[in-house]
Amino acid sequence: MATAAEQWVLVEMVQALYEAPAYHLILEGILILWIIRLLFSKTYKLQERSDLTVKEKEELIEEWQPEPLVPPVPKDHPALNYNIVSGPPSHSIVVNGKKCVNFASFNFLGLLDNPRVKAAALASLKKYGVGTCGPRGFYGTFDVHLDLEDRLAKFMKTEEAIIYSYGFATIASAIPAYSKRGDIVFADRAACFAIQKGLQASRSDIKLFKHNDMADLERLLKEQEIEDQKNPRKARVTRRFIVAEGLYVNTGAICPLPELVKLKYKYKARIFLEESLSFGVLGEHGRGVTEHFGINIDDIDLISANMENSLASIGGFCCGRSFVIDHQRLSGQGYCFSASLPPLLAAAAIEALNIMEENPGLFAVLKEKCKRIHKALQGISGLKVVGESFSPALHLQLEESTGSREKDIKLLQEIVNQCMSRSIALTQARYLEKEEKCLPPPSIRVVVTVEQTEEELERAAATIKEVAQAVLL
Amino acid sequence: MTRPRPHTIHHVTQNGGLYKRPFNEAFEETPMLVAVLTYVGYGVLTLFGYLRDFLRHLRIEKCHRATEREEQKDFVSLYQDFENFYTRNLYMRIRDNWNRPICSVPGARVDIMERQSHDYNWSFKYTGNIIKGVINMGSYNYLGFARNTGACQEAAARVLEQYGVGVCSTRQEIGNLDKHEELEKLVASFLGVEAAMTYGMGFATNSMNIPALVGKGCLILSDELNHASLVLGARLSGATIRIFKHNNMQSLEKLLKDAIVYGQPRTRRPWKKILILVEGIYSMEGSIVRLPEVIALKKKYKAYLYLDEAHSIGALGPTGRGVVDYFGLDPEDVDVMMGTFTKSFGASGGYIGGKKELIDYLRTHSHSAVYATSLSPPVVEQIVTSMKCIMGQDGTTLGKECIQQLAENTRYFRRRLKEMGFIIYGNEDSPVVPLMLYMPAKIGAFGREMLKRNIGVVVVGFPATPIIESRARFCLSAAHTREILDTALKEIDEVGDLLQLKYSRHRLVPLLDRPFDETTYEETED
Repeated sequence: MATAAEQWVLVEMVQALYEAPAYHLILEGILILWIIRLLFSKTYKLQERSDLTVKEKEELIEEWQPEPLVPPVPKDHPALNYNIVSGPPSHSIVVNGKKCVNFASFNFLGLLDNPRVKAAALASLKKYGVGTCGPRGFYGTFDVHLDLEDRLAKFMKTEEAIIYSYGFATIASAIPAYSKRGDIVFADRAACFAIQKGLQASRSDIKLFKHNDMADLERLLKEQEIEDQKNPRKARVTRRFIVAEGLYVNTGAICPLPELVKLKYKYKARIFLEESLSFGVLGEHGRGVTEHFGINIDDIDLISANMENSLASIGGFCCGRSFVIDHQRLSGQGYCFSASLPPLLAAAAIEALNIMEENPGLFAVLKEKCKRIHKALQGISGLKVVGESFSPALHLQLEESTGSREKDIKLLQEIVNQCMSRSIALTQARYLEKEEKCLPPPSIRVVVTVEQTEEELERAAATIKEVAQAVLL
Repeated sequence: MTRPRPHTIHHVTQNGGLYKRPFNEAFEETPMLVAVLTYVGYGVLTLFGYLRDFLRHLRIEKCHRATEREEQKDFVSLYQDFENFYTRNLYMRIRDNWNRPICSVPGARVDIMERQSHDYNWSFKYTGNIIKGVINMGSYNYLGFARNTGACQEAAARVLEQYGVGVCSTRQEIGNLDKHEELEKLVASFLGVEAAMTYGMGFATNSMNIPALVGKGCLILSDELNHASLVLGARLSGATIRIFKHNNMQSLEKLLKDAIVYGQPRTRRPWKKILILVEGIYSMEGSIVRLPEVIALKKKYKAYLYLDEAHSIGALGPTGRGVVDYFGLDPEDVDVMMGTFTKSFGASGGYIGGKKELIDYLRTHSHSAVYATSLSPPVVEQIVTSMKCIMGQDGTTLGKECIQQLAENTRYFRRRLKEMGFIIYGNEDSPVVPLMLYMPAKIGAFGREMLKRNIGVVVVGFPATPIIESRARFCLSAAHTREILDTALKEIDEVGDLLQLKYSRHRLVPLLDRPFDETTYEETED
């Protein structure tokens, strides 16, 4: 039965061959020959160049010499030998064996050696041990973390807050969680390094505007608007962000938030505010630059701050509306892929927040002291004060640079060393020279805390004046 | 379809004398039926996802998510709808398996705060109940140092009283305490390297130091399954990145050969340096890096090796010094030894160890030393005390006992699970034990069933793993006693039968219960 059917089909096929027109048969024949040729021809891989023999390759491998893993560091590199602090870096600090008054640690509210904070941390240590042994997603969420997030959100009067285990990682993870390739970010030139790394990780289009110059920012925004009109389809899916700091760590200047908010609504860009220096410093209750200017906190899309300055703990947090913050719980790299904050540090931060809420007078006291030292440091020959009068972290820069950054750094280091020998602990502001986008000039950092007394402030100013005169003239 | 995996390989290699001990790693292939059913499962979920989204769009179904402000409705939307499709429709259904809040020490047993959801996991309420004494198979507590009593805690308490909690400055300014110097010397002697440097966060150690070591014009060869921090560090450095197949030495050798012979793309200039990024133990696969072969390759092709021992430090090796110790190799062969203190030392932070020139360079050029706060003093003390305990310098044998207990637990647990018929990935000696679940519904079911039976496990799915290879991951600890493991194994057996998880077609013959002794030979039963 089967063979008969086969034969029948075969007969039909042969008949079709006879009846087909000639050109059809010729075409089919050529196609068959072409297929046979392709099947038996050699395959080519585009990447491999066949002009190097195995022996030549081995010679190349033998000859190749890599650079050393790291270049040698000269013994007198200014950052090689660190100052060693024995004991806690509190108000009275022992640096390299010498007891000094601390004008260098960012301990603005003096909470670093507060007994209540220590007691809270101790209680947490006795209950939970030290480490959390896991990221937030895998049994690393403690009730202390949830408490702290709750308290921070309530304190800042936002819907939600999220905490990170490291201050640097906070803004560096927050920015890439929202801004991706193709989006546009307008950032200030003097933005701190953590923001720069966040911007780099986001792969977005970065447009830098001159430091605190709203006219420049508006110009960039207008240019972008013109671009948008040329390509409205692309503009509809391109997100825009403005990244600014409340008080700039590199210059001590304050950002003009009311103008920023106006620009936000005019050009439809979201604002990310970095408040590491201004949280716990500005505003009547220490809520930062939004309270200082009296702006509705919902106007700012995301506020990020670290808990390593005013709260004298470790870590960082972001706060804002749930719509914005909740996204970081699955996309914040430093949140999802890293172990959570040790509970004793979170407990210390909660207690510090309690103290801040109970003593709102602290902020006025701090402001007073900042103004005092700002005034006292004016008129030092050779050095100029850079920063707002209410900024607790000021810079002292050389009025006239010697022309080479190295020499400037050496001079400033001489001033710092001499101040240290007269029991005033200062430090130079450190930067990575090759990595910063806009390298600030070398400077001495002067930090004001509530624990410093009037005499100490006066003495510090007098010492710096004397030393500067001696070294620079 | 499935990732091309050879049939069950038991690599008992001796590879020309490079390996001094048998290297047993196995990744059993996904059974065909299971793979098909998994895809069907995801297909059904996707369809339902589209249906739900459609209903939400028509306002028939209530949308629980937070929404944009009225004043900002005309801004470009912050999230793409499609981006969150997976989160909204798949992750939300089983969200209760993650972020479980605890309220006790993350030791062998832990107390979990009970949560309830009345709107299908969109929001949680705390009932106020605490589920006490849940067996903890999810925390990274390999040597059992997560404790709130004992020498470590007392030392940390003393330092807390004296130093406080914060540091408020960076290493290069005024945040370098004497405690940090002490810790770094200890870490260097522990690892057997010339010098070491410590950082405040393990994730940040990678993302801030790889860019300091390599830059444009350099080549990074990174393993397929490297951790997010290594990937981020490699990206931020600006170097060219090439990926080799997971733990596959032929793939790595081919990349090395091609890189040196052909140089940089287009310009053909020689590469400035080549850096190989590998991890000690890969936490999702449970596999151990083939370190002897990697070092042989590195020496042959003059590349540099960056070894991330986040999970393997303290957990592997007869003296707990990590994967270098496990293979009996020389720590000087690894150019950059990086690790974290979170897992085996019960603290937080990371370190890098190596030659003095390397550490000097990092002291001056690491991003973390210049811009980020240093470690908190009580955390430093915890690391110092636990490290001294592991090294035996505290005068007790506690360290050695913990290391042996962990090794015993690992062997026992893995063997028993394989005997029961589950598919277990990874190396026989790795304390990270992934148990394959595959189907999306089983992810949620396994997590919930185990919690009902008072065992806390970690389940992982897409995107941490390939889409059809979801798994449950057990992290063993020296704090787990034999009774705890037996209880856990009994429950896993029950749940495995209930959910039909015993996919393995190569059951191991059950060994008679003998004490852990490497010289014991296996008896076969007929």
